[in-house]
Amino acid sequence: MIDNAEKRMDEIMGRLLRTGVILAAVFVMVGGAIYLARHQTPVTNYHVFQGEPEELRTVPGIFHEALALHGRGLIQLGLLILIATPIARVAFSVVAFLYQRDWTYVVVTLIVLGLLTYSLFGEHR
Amino acid sequence: MNTLEFTALVGLGALLAGFLGALTGLGGGVVVVPLLTVAFGVDIHYAIGAALVSVIATSSGAAAAYVREGYSNVRVGMFLEIATTIGALVGAALVLYLRVSAISIIFGVVLLYSAYASMTEHEHSSGNAGPDRIATWLRMDSTYPTPNGLESYHVRGVPQGFGLMFVAGVLSGLLGIGSGAVKVLAMDKAMKLPFKVSTTTSNFMIGVTAAAGAGVYLRRGYIDPGLAMPVMLGVLAGSLIGARVLARARVKVLRLVFSSVIAVLALEMIYNGLK
Repeated sequence: MIDNAEKRMDEIMGRLLRTGVILAAVFVMVGGAIYLARHQTPVTNYHVFQGEPEELRTVPGIFHEALALHGRGLIQLGLLILIATPIARVAFSVVAFLYQRDWTYVVVTLIVLGLLTYSLFGEHR
Repeated sequence: MNTLEFTALVGLGALLAGFLGALTGLGGGVVVVPLLTVAFGVDIHYAIGAALVSVIATSSGAAAAYVREGYSNVRVGMFLEIATTIGALVGAALVLYLRVSAISIIFGVVLLYSAYASMTEHEHSSGNAGPDRIATWLRMDSTYPTPNGLESYHVRGVPQGFGLMFVAGVLSGLLGIGSGAVKVLAMDKAMKLPFKVSTTTSNFMIGVTAAAGAGVYLRRGYIDPGLAMPVMLGVLAGSLIGARVLARARVKVLRLVFSSVIAVLALEMIYNGLK
């Protein structure tokens, strides 16, 4: 019985990961096509590090740019989905351990989830 | 060179990197950074940002196939992810204080070690060691499928494994790589996990570790969509093809050749850093 439940969890987890990667790739491809169609200019200078503008480095900014159907915004949204995929997996594990009443590992996974959330939403210089 | 040509060239290079990464077992990120910096002259910060993203793509793609097989130890993975994510945040912070030349040299050294480790056959632990107090308390002991049915194993050396995983996380956040070599070292050598369990659990952890680093890089503006787009798509496609070839062919010779190519790239990075 427990084995079946665990197997089901594994299957959901596998499907979650595959869906995340496919969805991310689709957004990156569509955004890439729009970006390439509109940028026939000489190539961006990547030799010197300048950093991305504010709207391409925060979660709300990226959603805003993607909704405006800007190529770079859509690519960035795809990359954001990709980063969110392992995070969703950890969140799913919290639920799975809750379901098993395994409190030690509920705490362990919550710590990991907290660190990941800090990485994406915290203030970084 | 216009944007279309640049994108196509980088995409092609990333495809090759993903392919090599899958065949050698080093992962695409480790090949993509030297490719972008040495061949395309891209600033190492952009290169690391793009590589981290492609590491998540290949790890999650492969993990989707692995989870069914029942080899990975979720408890061990989750517990060690505390160490790798903290490490990744530390590594991503270190980038701010290290000069480009220093990052380049560290990268080269890690790359050389990874190439060396991928070529040497090391003894796999049998997983027959006795129980360990900490591992028992953390309920890490588990079973895995073998041709003779489920076999149980004991986990050992949790503190050493945790420490090594912190190092793996720092390297991942600093260099944009999966640090698969260090992760397997920690689980194989220190924690005595059976080989299949340590490789699949390591893959399971790589995506989470890279996500911690990638979040910081994104927020700092190190991830450029125009560059990350061909890199991510190329590495993902290349690693999928590589995994297919790996399943079919005997690749010992190929692996040796590619590992040598990677060693040359590593020396080039160290040389550039010292210059």
